[in-house]
Amino acid sequence: MAFSTRASGTDIAPGSPPLADAGSVEAATIGVETARSSSSLWRDAWRRLLRNRLAMAGGIVVVLLALVAIFADVLMPQAYTKTNFGRLNEAPSRDYPLGTDALGRDLLSRMIYGARVSMLVGLGAQFFVVAIGVPVGALSGYLGGRADLVITRFIDVMYAFPRLLFVILVMSMLGAGLFNIFLAIGLTGWVGIARQTRAQVMALKEKEYVDAARGLGAGFVRLLGRHILPNALTPIVVAVTFGIPEAIFTEAALSFIGVGINPPTPSWGQMVGEGQQFIRSYWHLCVFPAIAIAITMLAFTFFGDGVRDALDPKMK
Amino acid sequence: MVQYIVSRLLWLVPTLLAMALVTFLVMHATPGSPLDPVAEGANPLSPDAQKALAAHYGLDKPLWHQFAIFVSKAVRGDFGFSFVYKTRTVAEILRETFPISLLLGSMALVLAVAGGLTLGILAAVYQNRGWDYISVLLATVGVAVPNFVLAVFLIILFSFVIPLFPTGGWNSPRDWVLPTITLALAPMGIIARFTRASMLEVIRADYTLTARAKGLSEGPVIFKHTLKNALIPVVTLLGPLFAAVGTGSFFVESIFRVPGMGRFFVLSMSGRDYPMIMAVVLTYGVFLAIMNLVVDLTYGVLDPRIRY
Repeated sequence: MAFSTRASGTDIAPGSPPLADAGSVEAATIGVETARSSSSLWRDAWRRLLRNRLAMAGGIVVVLLALVAIFADVLMPQAYTKTNFGRLNEAPSRDYPLGTDALGRDLLSRMIYGARVSMLVGLGAQFFVVAIGVPVGALSGYLGGRADLVITRFIDVMYAFPRLLFVILVMSMLGAGLFNIFLAIGLTGWVGIARQTRAQVMALKEKEYVDAARGLGAGFVRLLGRHILPNALTPIVVAVTFGIPEAIFTEAALSFIGVGINPPTPSWGQMVGEGQQFIRSYWHLCVFPAIAIAITMLAFTFFGDGVRDALDPKMK
Repeated sequence: MVQYIVSRLLWLVPTLLAMALVTFLVMHATPGSPLDPVAEGANPLSPDAQKALAAHYGLDKPLWHQFAIFVSKAVRGDFGFSFVYKTRTVAEILRETFPISLLLGSMALVLAVAGGLTLGILAAVYQNRGWDYISVLLATVGVAVPNFVLAVFLIILFSFVIPLFPTGGWNSPRDWVLPTITLALAPMGIIARFTRASMLEVIRADYTLTARAKGLSEGPVIFKHTLKNALIPVVTLLGPLFAAVGTGSFFVESIFRVPGMGRFFVLSMSGRDYPMIMAVVLTYGVFLAIMNLVVDLTYGVLDPRIRY
């Protein structure tokens, strides 16, 4: 995340239209001198993030998890589907560092592949959340009037739903599977980001620089895409950093009650759900995946807190 | 005030109708039907039997008609017979399971509020010192880690390592301890975080300085002057917290084998128990909406500046 923001900060050349760059909203809203470099918002944020030790620790764990997810095929000691019916539910040993499950499958391999599932869900679900939430929020805020009223009423009704309940309902409609989890989280999770985008767009569309761009003949798409949305990015970025662990949590919860990932694909939530029934006899079945979920969630939360504090120092 | 309450209650009607409609449509779009045989992989029922069953449950009518019948009955508290527990009505099952969930939820909420406020106040008073770090850490763990994961750790710790509490069941008050703690940790963390932030703001306010300047000792300053004002943003949270406790109880109830509504919801999901699913979703909806209303009314008590 941080790398991409830095890139977007530096590739705004000094020659680009001064009314459209990222610095102008900062200058307009906070009232600092406009002579400052246009990338200062993102660069300052990056510097603040680097100084935050807890956030960096979280970030490092996240990077490690991402590496495990990417190289899962190489890292797994054996295939996560390989069964050994001679050695069922074994406690950790030299052959099986984390033990075996009820079908004699290597728990470590299943955990490593589970990292990939979690990461995929975190990113894939956020893709849908952003793809639905940002356009809906932007349209609602930009158009105003009756369209806005209808959309906000709809959002209010969606808010009244207990979130997890709704995801479970949608999952049972779509059926288990990785892609359906993306879709279910996207369909239920877009409301928060839509609200925030709407608020930002409503504030920004009244700014003089937007008027100027409109006066110069910029069309609807260009106004929203080039002038308004880039400046509304901060709360969206924060919402996404918190949305990723939330999606991971949701997948774990769905798989825990058995409507998430299809077996034999391993998922940490599903492993905890199946393992906790035998916690007295085979503690290792649920404890290791539980630890993995806990570490992942904490790492993302610390990192997300850091990103929020870095992007919006006032909120601390 | 009365007008405000009435208008809020009237708003409940379209909201609940919309919730019922969405749930109804989603359910009927779901593959699989209660007319399928109960055993997995069994031969399909004969067309005649299916027709008889559909007529019995009213599934042969057009969808809009089914929905209208459902709404007119639900208003009178009649949700029909459960498809899975065929001899019992949904209302009966809910009457049995909802009080258990309510008891568990209320205990968890009381613990969450008491614990969260304590942690938050401690953290704010001792900002950037030991207590602060401990309570922020606890709060973060509570918020970030899913409750079914916390449950595993708590069972290992307090049932196996130190055998204090049973791993599940719902017979004696001793069984209540672990589920309540598990369910309370997430809302407790949220409350602690908000209390800390809002206390820190109030502690720096001018009137707190005045209170100190006129020679009050630390106790009255914190409890009489800062706490009450710091509580207002915290009360806002209670609405979402009820939701968190409500849905959180699915997992806690299934891990600790608590015979509550959340556990029934999960079971009815896989059984395509349409009447049961509708009833549970709507019960949660009504409960949350009323709680949100209560919360909104509480603001007025805490902050006389707020008018309705």
